Amino acid sequence: MDSTGIVIGFWVLSAITVVSSLLVLVARNLMHALAFLVLAFLGMAGLFITLSADFVAVAQVLIYAGSISVLMVFAVMLTPLASRDNGNSLYVLPGVVAGLGIASLVAFVAVDTEWAERTGAALAESDFASTVGEVGRLLLGRYVLAFEVASVLLLIGLLGAIVLVQERRRAATQSPDEAADTGARDGGAL
Amino acid sequence: MSEQPLQAPIRRPATPMLRQIEDRPGLKEMALGVPFGLKVIGAIMGLGALVLMAAVGYLVVDGRLDGQWYDVRDLGHAVAGLRDWLDGEGVDHRLTWLITGALGGLAIMSIVGGWLLIGSWVERRVIAKFQIRMGPNRTGLFGLLQPIADAVKLMTKEIIIPRGADRFLYYIPPVLVFVPAMLGWAPIPWAPNMAYMDINVGVLYVVAISSIGVLAIFLAGWSSNNHYSLLGAMRTVAMMISYEIPISLALLSVVLLTQSMQLSEIVAFQGHYHVWMIAIIPFAAFAFLFASTAEINRSPNDIGEAESEIVAGFYTEYSGMKAGLFMAVELAHAILVGALMATFFLGGYTLFGLEEWVPGYLILAAKIGAVYFLFVWLRGTLPRFRLDQLMGFAWKFLIPLGIIQAFIVAIEASVFVRVDAPAFITLGAFAVVNLASTVVMVRFWADRLGYAPAQHATKPELTNALGGLKAAQRLRS
Amino acid sequence: MNLPGGDEVTVTLAHYLVVSGLVFGIGTTIALSKRNAIAVLMGIELMLNAVNLTLLAFSRFSSAFPAGEEPLSGHAFVVFVLTVAAAEAAIALAMAVLLYRRRETVDLDRVNLMRW
Repeated sequence: MDSTGIVIGFWVLSAITVVSSLLVLVARNLMHALAFLVLAFLGMAGLFITLSADFVAVAQVLIYAGSISVLMVFAVMLTPLASRDNGNSLYVLPGVVAGLGIASLVAFVAVDTEWAERTGAALAESDFASTVGEVGRLLLGRYVLAFEVASVLLLIGLLGAIVLVQERRRAATQSPDEAADTGARDGGAL
Repeated sequence: MSEQPLQAPIRRPATPMLRQIEDRPGLKEMALGVPFGLKVIGAIMGLGALVLMAAVGYLVVDGRLDGQWYDVRDLGHAVAGLRDWLDGEGVDHRLTWLITGALGGLAIMSIVGGWLLIGSWVERRVIAKFQIRMGPNRTGLFGLLQPIADAVKLMTKEIIIPRGADRFLYYIPPVLVFVPAMLGWAPIPWAPNMAYMDINVGVLYVVAISSIGVLAIFLAGWSSNNHYSLLGAMRTVAMMISYEIPISLALLSVVLLTQSMQLSEIVAFQGHYHVWMIAIIPFAAFAFLFASTAEINRSPNDIGEAESEIVAGFYTEYSGMKAGLFMAVELAHAILVGALMATFFLGGYTLFGLEEWVPGYLILAAKIGAVYFLFVWLRGTLPRFRLDQLMGFAWKFLIPLGIIQAFIVAIEASVFVRVDAPAFITLGAFAVVNLASTVVMVRFWADRLGYAPAQHATKPELTNALGGLKAAQRLRS
Repeated sequence: MNLPGGDEVTVTLAHYLVVSGLVFGIGTTIALSKRNAIAVLMGIELMLNAVNLTLLAFSRFSSAFPAGEEPLSGHAFVVFVLTVAAAEAAIALAMAVLLYRRRETVDLDRVNLMRW
């Protein structure tokens, strides 16, 4: 049996998460959608805390709410003439159908299956124990190869992003006006 | 041209307001004008308060108030005692946690609020002293009521919302920007057993919380529908996400050496070995301090609100108390960074054994005040950096050297765990090694980047030409 | 926790899985139906978040692990997912910016370079 706080926290946080995800879907303005997305990320971090995953929850806040949403904000800023509405494409009906299908399928499976789940005392003993040390040991022990590959992936991502958006330097032989012009028009290889 | 009769100009204040100001009695007249009875009553009240405080302090120190009272030196145990008492009375433990949690939150909020009031006065007075001005000295004794007057003025101002502003997003940032400034206080230990939320991922929590403030600033700049706001927001966001990396690297060094992400453990490490982290890893301390000033948008790194370039930066379009909140949060951030700096690098609530005699929270408050004074000093001394200088400093200087420093500290940490020598020998050796490596790194890297320090300090040409220095010396003598 | 009626209320694995499924479905809908490239990315991030929730829920509730054999593997997986999500967001947004530079739009409906 869980404590009262966990139960209340679960319902409140899952309501926040699901409702703000829905608002991301229906918001008219892209920036509003982004604000709701951050709220959804934060609610998700709260859900992680109710699962006594402290390290992952804080990492979620740091990476999603702190970095990825800021990256999105930057992308919105760097595309000034593009439309700011959060409009739907032609595929809205297939999208809704697919989303509803997946959600109902997962919900059906989750409710219908008899999970071999820990309850009661076995669950309570893992409540709010520190996970940092154990996760660190796993990352540098059993999953060390995956850890290194992930770090290489991050490095490649960093370099790739720089190379993609780098403006081609042909300014040496051109006048500054021309250089600015071409640089703005075709700034890289697509 | 007929000659105008030369009249002696009548010295008359131009507006009623100016007349009012001129007619106002000075501080001395006000003090002398107080009736005698009031003075006597005030003196008696002050003396009585002093005697009462002394009596209570004596009784507590003497141990005669035990049972009902707890030692003033240890508020943490007082709260624990309150909790035990509530549990003993048969109160539901959820209610107990709720009450103690609310008390803690209230305490943090009142500390921050009180410090905002005092801090803004201190900042303006100290800056004025640096700039050889008077500073605010009209409202109340020494201008002490100036923050309250400012707050009242800001609250009574009209709030203007620019046309074309995004109404929904425009309202959020002044509130949202205060959230990290408050939440960041949670894991800071004020004394042994006296932290609001002593979580075991405290360091990561602090970094994560501070990254939420970026969004608030960005939304403020975007929703205002103003180019200056947007420019300020872009600058701030670019700078903040750049300076998060040096902060993380600096804190990584601390975590490696103390082998814990829990803030109370970090303080306990420093207290146990009687050493401050700033002595062991000076480069990390410097990187943390400088990067924090960028992270909280404070001078000399306040390019996001550089008033000589982009009006007021991201809060150009905010008026009244909304703008006031943006100004206040700068101060709240400054003392928060002071607390973090004190906790990570200056020994927290410990002071070489003095914490046995003085309450730990007073020591921490003194350290916060010292760091805050350093911030004010920096603001009074340094000019504002340019955006490209700041970004270059982060990416070309702080991050590479921070990585090298973290490597060195990692090796030292593994040595510290394995070698069975007295701690003061190993830690002393680390301090020497780190200081030497810092000097070598900074010197070598600065040479590489072409920022060699001047061998002979020269006066700026303009100062020489105008004789500014000489004039100042003459004035002084 | 007991309700006033005496029923015991508790949170089980199924609760978390249902929430995860809902968020995943919404994310799918966003990713499929939005026109703006950045909005599509938002949907993908929501889907990744839902998967993280599933991993953590299984890590906490599942008794499939024999006792003492790394019950926190789910946490390690989530760390990897976070890493990949960060890299993916950086690259995808760089591509969106690049697309904007070439075509002055980030509407995916108008990106039809590959069509005849």
